[in-house]
Amino acid sequence: MELFFQQLINGLTLGSIYCLVALGLTLIYGIMHMPNFAHGHLYMVGAYCVLFLSTSYGFNYWLAILATMVILAFLGILMERLVFHPLRNAPPTNSFIAAVGALLFLEAGAIVLWGADYRRMPEVFGKVVNIFGVMATQQRLVVIFSALALMGALHLFLKKTLIGSTIEAMAQDRDGAFLVGINANVVSMMTFAVASAMAAAAAGLAGPLFLVFPAMGGLVILKAFVIIVLGGMGSIPGAVVGAYILGLSESMGATIFPAQYKDIVAFVLLVIILSVKPTGLFAKEDR
Amino acid sequence: MPFSKSPWSRRALHLALGVLALTVPFMITSSYILHVIIMCYISAIAIYGLNLILGYTGQLSLAHAGFYGIGAYTLGILTLKLKFSFWLALPLACGLTSLVGLLVGLISLRLRSHYFTIFTLCVGVIINLVIEHWESMTEGVRGLIGVPPPNPIPLPGGGQILFTDINSQYYLILLCLAFTIFCITRIVNSLVGRTLIAIRNSEELASTIGINVFLNKLIAFVISTFFAGLAGALFAGYIRFLGPTMSHPNITFDFLLALLIGGQATLAGPMVGSLLVMTVTESLQFMQSYRMIVFGPFLILVVMFFPGGLVGAYYTASHKIRARLNKNNSQRPPAPAPGKARTKTKELQG
Repeated sequence: MELFFQQLINGLTLGSIYCLVALGLTLIYGIMHMPNFAHGHLYMVGAYCVLFLSTSYGFNYWLAILATMVILAFLGILMERLVFHPLRNAPPTNSFIAAVGALLFLEAGAIVLWGADYRRMPEVFGKVVNIFGVMATQQRLVVIFSALALMGALHLFLKKTLIGSTIEAMAQDRDGAFLVGINANVVSMMTFAVASAMAAAAAGLAGPLFLVFPAMGGLVILKAFVIIVLGGMGSIPGAVVGAYILGLSESMGATIFPAQYKDIVAFVLLVIILSVKPTGLFAKEDR
Repeated sequence: MPFSKSPWSRRALHLALGVLALTVPFMITSSYILHVIIMCYISAIAIYGLNLILGYTGQLSLAHAGFYGIGAYTLGILTLKLKFSFWLALPLACGLTSLVGLLVGLISLRLRSHYFTIFTLCVGVIINLVIEHWESMTEGVRGLIGVPPPNPIPLPGGGQILFTDINSQYYLILLCLAFTIFCITRIVNSLVGRTLIAIRNSEELASTIGINVFLNKLIAFVISTFFAGLAGALFAGYIRFLGPTMSHPNITFDFLLALLIGGQATLAGPMVGSLLVMTVTESLQFMQSYRMIVFGPFLILVVMFFPGGLVGAYYTASHKIRARLNKNNSQRPPAPAPGKARTKTKELQG
């Protein structure tokens, strides 16, 4: 039973991180109708930014995350302008391939700038706390609650602010949004900015728990894809639910299957779901 | 195919290229350069497969390196561990790859566009992870060491063809490349090829005129995995060492890069792209792991400005020049609409 609660906390931690990445991905998909394969690499850049801001420039952990979110938001806008905006009217496969090009560039860029070796972020909340007999490091609790706070903030942003509602409006009905005079350029840039900032926050929160290396984005983006396919592409509640399902099934699966197969769980889950229900669990649109 | 004005000059060019390919081992003494050329041929075979599913059918499959890996590992395990003859293992490797391709295709091709791409990306990752972790079968990260070269072929006169030197390997792989190009050319110019192009242009339209979209996509997908498997099996027999990185999704991205730069949906594209990308990669060996810092943005620029790649850009340019020449030579009014339509369909076929 203790093992169960232990894995529950681990699963919730994983789920929170996946959730922040997947939310960005699903937002971008909702607006641009394009899977952004480079999104995980923005997460990787975010992790390096937090690492260097906190170790080399002596930023406070929270300040480093905040600064990284701002930097990544600008990087996201830059990527939208340079890569995806010019391809908005091209056949869909072209923008997939452009996203792959951006991914390859970011990964090679990280290797050139920071080397291919694995780095570890210093622990900030290393203390172990005991909640009703279950041991967990503070960092894990910080991840879980910060992710919830960020999700709440995103919800308020989308529902209560004007720019947030334009993003939602455009995701719901592109033509309708144009008819009421919503500027598509601003919306796409804002979406990329918000999505990249979420990825940066996820990277900063996850940093002290995992290793930081140039290829770290690859696996995260694949899992984020599994999540948004699971939850129905473009659906925000679907992404949240999907992320926790995946996080929990990975951590619970780790107790049943041998450790080296833990990454396969996600993909097998995806294959099964797409074989049975090709539109995802909470899909609203046609495949 | 708007290659040149008369089929004679085109045929002559093809013949010249064939002769050139046959005489390469006599002209090049450096075994390193020959090795690079052989690697180009092997990846070109895989890229022809990718071209069929992406270029002609319009479905971006990101599991290609996975199938390449299946072909290579099947051959490696059959010849190294089960002591099969290379000549038996080669068709078995291609067959097993196509069988896996069929199973994957049956599930994945029910999905459209981005769902298909994401699904195949995950399939590629699964295959890579399985190869890496199934240690009892694939030796995991240690890799399969010492895959035997193709068995000697006895000749009627008493001698035999050995495959221990690089020249004989070159001819074997050249033969397979020629077979690949022949098959793909015949497929593309057949009714099946036209059907695939119709599906690429519009799935809805294709199904309205009575095309079985799913079946034809499945055929294209299985054929593409067959050639990925063939390329992988040849790689295993030539390099004779297999590590799990050979089936990593990054290899798919390399194939994709070469295809896009060469020109998707063209018959010469995979060959041109493979030769070009491999040569550039080899000459930039000092920056092996960073080469994507150049190629990544290049890939984006290609899809933005030359979606047809180099070969596509060449066709467009030669079309324009010929159109201008025609205009200058004859004082006839500009070509009537049907003529224009015909060049359009020709472009699609090419």
